[in-house]
Amino acid sequence: MNTVLAEPTAVRRPRPAPADPAAAVARTRARPGLGDTLAQTLAMAWRALKKMRRNPEQFFDVALQPLLFTAMFAYVFGGAISGDVHSYLPLLIPGIVAQTVLTTCMATGTQLREDMDKGVFDRFRSLPMSRVAPLAGPMVADLVRYLIGASLTYLMGLILGYRPGGGVLGVLGAILLAVLTGWAIAWAFTWIGTVARSARGVQGISMMILFPLTFLSNAFVPSRTMPGWLETFTKVNPVSHLVSASRDLANNGVLTAQVGWTLLTGLVVVVIFMPLSVARYKRHL
Amino acid sequence: MTAMPAVQAGGLVKRFGDFRAVDEIDLEVRHGEIFGVLGPNGAGKTTMLKMLATLLPIDGGRAEIFGVDVAAEPHRVRQLIGVTGQYASVDEDLTAAENLWLFGRLQGLRSADARTTARRLLEQFGLGEAAERRISAFSGGMRRRLDLAASLITRPPLIFLDEPTTGLDPRTRGQMWDTIRELVDDGCTVLLTTQYLDEADQLADRVCVIDHGRKVAEGTPDELKTQVGDSTLQLQLAPGADQALARAVVRRVLGEEPVTTPESGRLNVPLDVADRAADVLIALREAAVSIASVSVAKPTLDEVFFALTGHGTAAGPDADGPADADGPADADGPAGAVPGQDTPSLVDTTTERVR
Repeated sequence: MNTVLAEPTAVRRPRPAPADPAAAVARTRARPGLGDTLAQTLAMAWRALKKMRRNPEQFFDVALQPLLFTAMFAYVFGGAISGDVHSYLPLLIPGIVAQTVLTTCMATGTQLREDMDKGVFDRFRSLPMSRVAPLAGPMVADLVRYLIGASLTYLMGLILGYRPGGGVLGVLGAILLAVLTGWAIAWAFTWIGTVARSARGVQGISMMILFPLTFLSNAFVPSRTMPGWLETFTKVNPVSHLVSASRDLANNGVLTAQVGWTLLTGLVVVVIFMPLSVARYKRHL
Repeated sequence: MTAMPAVQAGGLVKRFGDFRAVDEIDLEVRHGEIFGVLGPNGAGKTTMLKMLATLLPIDGGRAEIFGVDVAAEPHRVRQLIGVTGQYASVDEDLTAAENLWLFGRLQGLRSADARTTARRLLEQFGLGEAAERRISAFSGGMRRRLDLAASLITRPPLIFLDEPTTGLDPRTRGQMWDTIRELVDDGCTVLLTTQYLDEADQLADRVCVIDHGRKVAEGTPDELKTQVGDSTLQLQLAPGADQALARAVVRRVLGEEPVTTPESGRLNVPLDVADRAADVLIALREAAVSIASVSVAKPTLDEVFFALTGHGTAAGPDADGPADADGPADADGPAGAVPGQDTPSLVDTTTERVR
């Protein structure tokens, strides 16, 4: 016992010589390639989908809003705006789809903010992975939510007696357009998610943008009833483009210039907000 | 070959406003060693580690990991390191196996390889049975182990561990220590931060002590401890025992003044050799001073700190640390606030060292 006590920490085990780190250093790459970025984005999308499946309450907004709002708006405004509920539906349904998709975008930003505060994001930051993947992954998964939201709205419309003149293809086209636009516009809300300090903040800021954007458009009422200056605004409002394009597709089965304007708006949003979001994400913490 | 250090940092600075969280720290970690960064809460340990791990921008100075500049080539550096943070950085909503699979995929493993690696690591870390359970149902120790496993998926040559055992019970702590030793046996370099001298002593080949963002000492654990004496004999006198007499006896045997702690009837006697404890006890018996309890403890971080900086750690009640040999006995001091009492370094010296 005495010898042990006199030589306290000399009992360290001998270790083998460590492997040469130079080989590991030589294997490193300066930046992630496009293939890596894609694979990582899909892996992050897988994660987001798993989380959605395990927290089904995340679907409440995309599931309830179409059902509730479609019925509410149809019965409350239908008579006043179009004379009766039935003739209001072709006007209303594409509007509700746009509103649903935009609200879902807001959830994208809010959830990203919540997610980024979790410990696991520390690990994502420390991994040699593309900086866009943690943002783009959840957005790929959210395509499912846009799809559910848009489809449910049309379904609810059908139940209420809406008979789209554009047929199945027209409606599918309108749904696809809504999903794509939602994905693109979500980048703006993702950026808000990386800028705001809390999820509540994201929600607050998003609401301020969303409400004017959806209501100061032709989504629920024909814009010619509005004062001139407001009518001008609704004409440039991207939501109006989406709504008009969807109406043309679903009700008449025609592809109009409005589709082009909608897609262009989406592209502009992505080009501006994707780099901004990634830059903010890199700087975070 | 091993001439290239795992970590080489010079004049590292991190500012938060006017506050310098890390202030001109130089650091060299050799490849293949366990290097401990020791310091109290808020000393700047985690901040420094985060800078080295590319998680925080470096405000001044430079750092290299295996010769790769951290600020200039963070993506390269991330391929050479594994980081296990203070708070488990795993996904709560996924199972243990899913977590490891995801991290494997994110680091370029093919799906099947990621699955095999995940299974192997879970077995290795004793989490095989919990593989399909969600992390939210895991205990603290299991989380830490999973977290560590997640850092090892691509076998990086350098592992950063931020307070790997803080908040773990003693048994889990021991397991974690063994795991960390095995890492280095496998050829890894480990840089860990800790609040416990005990832990640095057990694990680290070399230690640097950080206080207020500055490096105050560096050396082997033994070198650090010799600055405060090898161990401390802690005596709790029986109620009514003559404290003055006890002090006199200690002084006579060791030629040194015992340290009285705020708790009444408690003497801390610094020992250069633990064997001298017996001499003190025999002398006390001969002087008929009765003792309620005896223990031999290694110096606490507080004592090391006091010796190095002249003040106690932030965790202590004030600067009136146990090394304050001339301080008067403060019989009214708050019980339980005794530095050295609340740290786990109070262990039986003999059993611990025969490992």
